[in-house]
Amino acid sequence: MSDFMRDFIGDWHALVVLVLAGVIPNQFWRMLGLWLGSGLDEGSDLLMWVKAVATAILAGVIAQILVEPPGALASVPASLRYGALVAGFAAFMLTRRSIFAGVVCGEIVMLAGRWWPG
Amino acid sequence: MRLPPLDSPQWNSTLRAFAWGMSAISATILSAVLFVTYIGIGALSHEAQFSLLWAILATVLVWAGPAQIILITTLASGASIVQSAIAVTVSAIRLFPMVVAVLPLMRTEKTKRRHLVLVAHFTAVTLWVECYRFLPHVPRERRVAFIHGLGCGLMSIGLTATIIGYELAANLSQTLASAILLLTPLAFLFSTARNSRTLADILALVLGLVLYPVAALMNSGLDILVSGVVAGTIAYGVHKWREAP
Repeated sequence: MSDFMRDFIGDWHALVVLVLAGVIPNQFWRMLGLWLGSGLDEGSDLLMWVKAVATAILAGVIAQILVEPPGALASVPASLRYGALVAGFAAFMLTRRSIFAGVVCGEIVMLAGRWWPG
Repeated sequence: MRLPPLDSPQWNSTLRAFAWGMSAISATILSAVLFVTYIGIGALSHEAQFSLLWAILATVLVWAGPAQIILITTLASGASIVQSAIAVTVSAIRLFPMVVAVLPLMRTEKTKRRHLVLVAHFTAVTLWVECYRFLPHVPRERRVAFIHGLGCGLMSIGLTATIIGYELAANLSQTLASAILLLTPLAFLFSTARNSRTLADILALVLGLVLYPVAALMNSGLDILVSGVVAGTIAYGVHKWREAP
């Protein structure tokens, strides 16, 4: 096998983990929705709790990326990472919840902080 | 974009309906959000040292942004397969009510369950939102074809962005690569905030952000589950308490 193919495919264990921990959990819920179809109360207490926990897990992962940043992001000082998030959030709120404005503002603050002389 | 009127002969062809669905991706700002999100996911996959094939398969087969970043981040931080799978499963539960809500919009008497498998697979938050916007303008018997087109279009965007993000993270300078990686937390924070309407949603988001660093101090390996369950339960509890007469 060529080097290119080896790099492209990578470690096959990781692909098995992807199927077990990524693909199956997602397809399980989708196909359950397809099979059961109806009879679901969107406002049920259990579903509300699940939704709240799912949102909090996602929020936790967002925090994790900022607190324990992966790869190149670790080269950005913590104060600048948090500053970019706060600035982006301010722009998001000021523009009546524009995702685009929030992302662009956060990125500009981070890049300006990196490139500012001194 | 203007779709043809419901009684137009343009809707007679299934292929035409598929093409209209595919071109509908140009009519939504959510395509841009999806693109940015998947650029970040591609970059994150690279930094977590997954292969490009892994990143491509994750986008095509998982097709849920939050589940993908939870999977990548937990595995990269050394969580076990079981812990990652639990965190991903919880995040994926929200797909269940989405599928249940979306399928009746396109079901006819002639629709068999197997015709809807691909629709269920494409269902994620972007498609779910767009179904409500576009489907009233699509004749019922062409809706499955239309959604197949829309789903393929959205997935092409996600797939292209995954590959671009992966290659950018691999080849850019450290500063630019970190800018690409910052896209993920920014895009997810703001899109989740935008979708948060109830008090429970907002509290879950804020508490989840704040409690993760606290839970991480315990270094249990289950940090993300602990902070998620605690923050989500408090948010739910406060919501119930406020609702009580």
